[in-house]
Amino acid sequence: MATNRAPRTSSPPAPSAGPWDFLAERWELVTLAVLAIAPLVIPALGGALGGQVTNLFIYCILALALNVMVGYTGLVHLGIASFFGIGAYCLAILTVPMYPFQIGFLAAAVIAVLVTAGTGLALGAPTLRLRGDYLAIVTLGFGEVVKVTLRNLEQITGGMKGLNPVPPPGAGVTLAGIDLGKEFAIDPRWFYYLALLSLAGVVLAMRRLENSRLGRALVAVREDELAAQAMGISATKVKLSAFAMSSAVAGLAGCLYAASLSTTADPNAYDFNRSIMVLCAVILGGLGSIPGTLLGVAILVGFDTVLAPWADSWIQQMNINPKGLSYLSFSGWRLAIFGVALVLVMRYRPEGLIPSRRLAAELHEGGAGS
Amino acid sequence: MSVQFLLQQCLIGLTNGALIALVALGYTMVYGIIGLINFAHGDLIMLGACLALSLVGALGMTAAGPATTWVGIGGLVLLCGLFCGLLNVAVDRIVYKPLRNAPKLAPLVSAIGVSFIFMNVGLFWLGPADKSFPELLPSTNLLHNDALQFTWKDLLVVLIVGPLMVALSVLVKGTKLGKAMRAVSQDPTAAALVGVDVDRVIAATFFIGGFLGGAASVIYGLYINTIGFQMGFQNGLYAFTAAVLGGIGSIPGAVLGGLVIGLVRALASAYVGERWTGAIVFAILIVILVFRPEGLLGRRVKEKV
Repeated sequence: MATNRAPRTSSPPAPSAGPWDFLAERWELVTLAVLAIAPLVIPALGGALGGQVTNLFIYCILALALNVMVGYTGLVHLGIASFFGIGAYCLAILTVPMYPFQIGFLAAAVIAVLVTAGTGLALGAPTLRLRGDYLAIVTLGFGEVVKVTLRNLEQITGGMKGLNPVPPPGAGVTLAGIDLGKEFAIDPRWFYYLALLSLAGVVLAMRRLENSRLGRALVAVREDELAAQAMGISATKVKLSAFAMSSAVAGLAGCLYAASLSTTADPNAYDFNRSIMVLCAVILGGLGSIPGTLLGVAILVGFDTVLAPWADSWIQQMNINPKGLSYLSFSGWRLAIFGVALVLVMRYRPEGLIPSRRLAAELHEGGAGS
Repeated sequence: MSVQFLLQQCLIGLTNGALIALVALGYTMVYGIIGLINFAHGDLIMLGACLALSLVGALGMTAAGPATTWVGIGGLVLLCGLFCGLLNVAVDRIVYKPLRNAPKLAPLVSAIGVSFIFMNVGLFWLGPADKSFPELLPSTNLLHNDALQFTWKDLLVVLIVGPLMVALSVLVKGTKLGKAMRAVSQDPTAAALVGVDVDRVIAATFFIGGFLGGAASVIYGLYINTIGFQMGFQNGLYAFTAAVLGGIGSIPGAVLGGLVIGLVRALASAYVGERWTGAIVFAILIVILVFRPEGLLGRRVKEKV
């Protein structure tokens, strides 16, 4: 046990706050403002690029959901994608023409979030007394069960075809003479703003959570469950809340995902690989750190959608790989690059790129001090 | 659905189960000694199967006579076992050893990373599509019974797994190394105090686990006849389930767990439908963890302060 921990409260504002200090402290507002203006300035965001950025926002929400479990509470969760999937399928079942419900997006999203939260509670309640790594396996197993079930219950979930078409949000709603559903269908910037708004809401909620009584209880349970219980915190309740919150936010991400694709896609979109990729993003960026989590997702999604295609087309242009061998293409090394990154991060910087101060102190405990 | 059909499924299940048990041992031994869920173990076996396939091709074993084939299979088991064992030791040295005192999350995530690296190597080795593993053994029925099949391939599984299990239990129960392994798994510090070289014991454990995995990879190729770079994940998960079912850290538990999982898989495939098998096995895993987290043969361990 280290004797001195990093101070919990952030340092008082520096007396001479320059413009950079302002940016560092208000990074959320600055980023939000830039992202909100971007579609008005950059016309490409009205096309395919807009869809990709929307996807990035959705993954950010999913990663923040996972961060509640792994980052704040220290529970390893290997099945976050299954909650993402449950959210997506719930929304789809409540809105697609195939089913009689066809309630609006908003109502469907609320119900889907409640359902995922309930599923999280149902999974968490019996399993939370398990040791950490056993819990990891239970969540992993749950993810596989959900995937197999979604694939096999063809009458309900459409099997490998998935459920479609999921109508755009606001279908049939006319606001000030604008048919919202039509607008969503035509212009990807509507989804861009919807996802950005949701992300901003989730970031705000996470910020509030960090500073709340419950948020501090989550961290206390992570740091030392026994000590936390001795201080009167009910570890079970706290962990259950983490499970419910994490599942609910993941469900929200799933709703946005299904709505923006206008289909649930096939169940393989919600498998272990996706869970692990999101986990990689959170760990790479910094467990328990909101900016870290967002950066981690940006790096991973950026790798897949920007860097890898660019490097591959460069290799093609240089004519290095005329036979199309996979080890001479950049994307062929994708798994190895992620794997090496995970190993190196765990070895040299387990607190991630933008660390949460408390977690960094905890991880270096017993090493060379904090 | 006659009795014979049921018997046949049980036979298939037990043979499969023996294979799962061999993989499960690798998980349970490593977990028992350093408390790490070795996520990369399944992918290690995938690499072993890649080596086995390459060796079969390079040595031209498909054209060999029956006697040479059996000798060749023995050689394959030995070579792939050595390969997987040494690779496992190397990974432990490079990746897990520096993390011995880190929080538990660190080695677990590193193991996921290693599993990714192995998968990428397997992708380059095999290519993206599944490869078929040549049939080296005749599929003649050894039982004089039309309704019940027990082929050379099934016999092979028993012939390899049986002696390996016996050797392992002799090693763990009867030798000094085995005693040291048991000591380290109970309390590494106390073991070090009485003169056990903990690092060497851990390396030995990784080697033995890897060796058994390498043997399993050869059997897998010969028995299942299809290998692919993604086979590690699913098979690793079944084996890990078996290890947990038997009580992780317990060697007889892993064997029992493997046989039970094999039976459950076979019966579920036969009576419920193959596509539900995965869900049933994992549902069982969750139920076991909830009601009897120490597994069938495991000891209940109090959480230490």
